[in-house]
Amino acid sequence: MTNAAGPVIELADVQQTFVSSDGTPVHALEGVSLAIGRHEFVSIIGPSGCGKSTILRLIAGLLRPSAGRVAIFDLQVIEPRDEIGMVFQKPTLLPWLNVLDNVTFPMKHKYGTVDAKDRERALELLALVGLKDFMAKRPDELSGGMQQRVAIARSLLHDPEILLMDEPFSALDALTRDEMSFELLRIWRERPKTVVFVTHSIPEALLLSDRIVVMSARPARVSEIIEVPLERPRSFETLSNPRLHELANAIREKVFSRKLAA
Amino acid sequence: MHKWLDRAAPVLTFISILAIWETLCRLLAVPSFLLPTPSAIVIAAFAVDIGQWWAHLAATLEVTLIGFVVSILVSVPIAIALTNSRFLSRTLLPLLVVVQSTPIVAVAPIIVVTLGAGLLPRVVITFLITLFPLVISTATGLQATPPELIELSRSLRASRAREYWQIRLPFAVPYIFSALKVGITLSVIGAVIAEFVAAEKGLGYMILFSTSSFKVPQAFAALAILVTASLLLFQLVVQLQRRFFLWSIPASR
Repeated sequence: MTNAAGPVIELADVQQTFVSSDGTPVHALEGVSLAIGRHEFVSIIGPSGCGKSTILRLIAGLLRPSAGRVAIFDLQVIEPRDEIGMVFQKPTLLPWLNVLDNVTFPMKHKYGTVDAKDRERALELLALVGLKDFMAKRPDELSGGMQQRVAIARSLLHDPEILLMDEPFSALDALTRDEMSFELLRIWRERPKTVVFVTHSIPEALLLSDRIVVMSARPARVSEIIEVPLERPRSFETLSNPRLHELANAIREKVFSRKLAA
Repeated sequence: MHKWLDRAAPVLTFISILAIWETLCRLLAVPSFLLPTPSAIVIAAFAVDIGQWWAHLAATLEVTLIGFVVSILVSVPIAIALTNSRFLSRTLLPLLVVVQSTPIVAVAPIIVVTLGAGLLPRVVITFLITLFPLVISTATGLQATPPELIELSRSLRASRAREYWQIRLPFAVPYIFSALKVGITLSVIGAVIAEFVAAEKGLGYMILFSTSSFKVPQAFAALAILVTASLLLFQLVVQLQRRFFLWSIPASR
């Protein structure tokens, strides 16, 4: 889904070098270039520690690249911007707030107050993620999957253009994980966003994405960008589609052969 | 029946120990200045005017609570400073470790000489003994905040003040309360040490005064009141956490 209006997110020849605790420089990313179009769903997969999360932090403006350019809507990212919503591996809800207050927390945290409109939007989002009846519950009364849904609702509160998701379902059990993938597809259909989704799971990436960015091990480069030819809307049947398994095996081969060669 | 026994177990243990103590002392005819029987302690307690007990108890509680509250008020800003600035943590922390490593009993007489014999030196001694665990626990709690939430805070470009007030400090609450539970009993110890060194009232003074005139049952009575007060203060902290920070107690479901 390459867009005529130009990319929403653009990384151009991005390089990221950290200084490790013993003083030696660590090259986390090298020459990463990537353009993501409006309302596109892009997954990033690759070996552990290959800097997938670093890419999200660069887009979020939480990190500045050592070299290269990161831009959103053609504006260079120099600090965190309002276009971004973030979902992490763990739900990281605030245990002392109920579900509704957790969803409105970003407003409270940014502006100091939560108005009736924020609350109304939070309720809509809770309805969207199917948790309206749980608005008065505390996070620890919810299952892991429900907590992550609250975190998704929280990330959507300010209606961001871009949703950055850092292995959001990897802490969940396999069944909940599939369920959440379909939930996310439904939410994405109802509230179209440009999504960058980091994952370890190839089938998950295939099920969700328009394109899959395969990263190589450190220093991480984009080793391949794969268009996912599966039709949308994707459903439960997509999981048993033989095409998905063929594609998964092909990607797996690529990731592993590169690892063996290295 | 089992449930009933389970609930009564602590009380039954306590009563049994008292009974064994009483019996052994009587059977072996232990002199009361070595180990008085529980009944002798009760009798000695009632021999002293109740108003006098109240005065001693009030004096000890005053020192304990003022020292405790002051150390809370001082420890939180120090903990924030330690978490926030590498420079401050490099300068303040060694100082705190020195304070903590100094046996407070050894310094107490010096503090009394420096600050006189009033309430102030006693509060200072209590404060010094309570401060360190509070600072360390609070700082640990402030750093235990999930890094993702700090990133969320950064991505919202929220102020540092809000980051601390709305995220880090609440996350430190379970740590702070663990420290408060240790701290309140330490405060009682600090108050008693201060009273040993220089005081004309208080339960610590009462113990010292009673033993010096061989009124050992009376000293035990003062000790019993002290232990009870300490337990009640501990319970007060526990109940405060329950009442206002129930979420911070791991669910026992």
